Amino acid sequence: MQCQLCDKHATVHLTEIIDGQKLEKHLCEECALKEGITVKTHMPLNDLLDNLVTAQQETQELQDLSCPQCDISWKEFRKEGLLGCPNDYLAFEEPLSRLIERAQEGANTHIGRVPKQTDGKLDQQLQLLRLRQNLQKALKEEDYETAVRLRDQIKKCEQN
Amino acid sequence: MKNVSDIYNRTSDWMDGSGPMSDIVLSSRIRLARNIAGYLFFSHADQEQQSDLLEYVRRRIMTTELKDELWYLNMAKIRSLERHMLAERHLISRRLAESQGARGVALSHDESLALMVNEEDHLRVQMLASGLQLEETYEHINRIDSLLEEKMEYAFSPKYGYLTACPTNVGTGLRVSVMLHLPALKMTEQMGKVFRAAKEMRLAVRGLYGEGSEPIGDFYQLSNQTTLGKSETDIIEQLISLAVEPIVEYERRARDKLLKDRLTVLDDKIHRALGTLRHARLISSEETAYLLSLVRLGINLERIKGIQLTVVNELFLLTQPAHLQHHYQKKLTADSRDELRAEFIRERFRN
Repeated sequence: MQCQLCDKHATVHLTEIIDGQKLEKHLCEECALKEGITVKTHMPLNDLLDNLVTAQQETQELQDLSCPQCDISWKEFRKEGLLGCPNDYLAFEEPLSRLIERAQEGANTHIGRVPKQTDGKLDQQLQLLRLRQNLQKALKEEDYETAVRLRDQIKKCEQN
Repeated sequence: MKNVSDIYNRTSDWMDGSGPMSDIVLSSRIRLARNIAGYLFFSHADQEQQSDLLEYVRRRIMTTELKDELWYLNMAKIRSLERHMLAERHLISRRLAESQGARGVALSHDESLALMVNEEDHLRVQMLASGLQLEETYEHINRIDSLLEEKMEYAFSPKYGYLTACPTNVGTGLRVSVMLHLPALKMTEQMGKVFRAAKEMRLAVRGLYGEGSEPIGDFYQLSNQTTLGKSETDIIEQLISLAVEPIVEYERRARDKLLKDRLTVLDDKIHRALGTLRHARLISSEETAYLLSLVRLGINLERIKGIQLTVVNELFLLTQPAHLQHHYQKKLTADSRDELRAEFIRERFRN
């Protein structure tokens, strides 16, 4: 069902009885909040995003910020609520760390369980991600020489 | 080759009501979110990468020592009805049942362990147990996590921990929850207190049944919202000592109060519920939740004798839409569902 005020999907359904007349409202979460309707959501992230500076007020720079690995923009992430790849945690570091702090009771560092084989592996992981993305691109462009080279590099990376 | 529909013939072990405090805490659930290093997150991966990921994770899961206790299901290869039966048993999420794309699940035969592949994250490991058993369940799932990480590399950063598609899961990737039955707190109008306390402690409280804003059947899921900046054991310990134990104590006191001050009103509600279940000709799934909730309370408070809790737990499951449809083996409209549901319940109570 479509939101009555914009063309997003409606997730808030409100039935009001005013002067004996029944009024049904079907809105998306953003419009509902704008109308002053409090909504219980499963995603605390949405609440926090709406409490932050609204999209219209953010700088164009922030809007255009994007990740070179997965091509997702900050704006897209704000809309979907989901990141595109692990590299986003670096590409969007500044605004994302603020958002994470708001979502996680002010925390910004992991102090729990770690995988057995860590020690600076993140660089290697991102390298692997970069190689895979480049391989996909090479295959799409039918650049098979590069593709073979990349495939070998990936195998070597995985073996470490 | 095991048939998915065969799961109909058994109820998951975690539903047997044998766990600690299971008069109020129906079940405990622990879920870990993990992603494979070097790949895009699921929602951004293209079809090919999604299939690659599915095969990658499936193969590695099935080469650990878990392989003999697991059976793997490719979501695209089983019927929609079967997927919904799995969701009704809380073995997979609704999202995994209804989404598109390459995805699957590996289940343990006793239905206590589920490894979902390509849900919001590449891998979501879930364990369920009866009653309050969060600490034991965490120990178990932690061992499974260690087994799995020997075979695959998780996306992990020293600063942010396990990297997840949604920042609300980052860090430990841990979601800890309990299912609570709180009919007395509802009847004595104290649920507002519970919601406010949970909000203050940054815990999520969700009604389990009911489409509208009012949860039907007084079942609530209580879970952590913070996954970063705390250790896994701290998250669990806090949920238990700051929320579960106090709420259970409040519910117990409220139940005692009902027995002391409003016994006749309580008995009336309980026995009307039993009467309706035994004789009605049309029952919706919402009404079923409401009625079974009262019968459950009646059994716990010993106002009803001769009916087992396991029967009530089974009925909750078997009256769900997909399970009902599977039993009657034909496509059901909402009306015929309500009629057959009532018939199913009457039959169950006759024995």
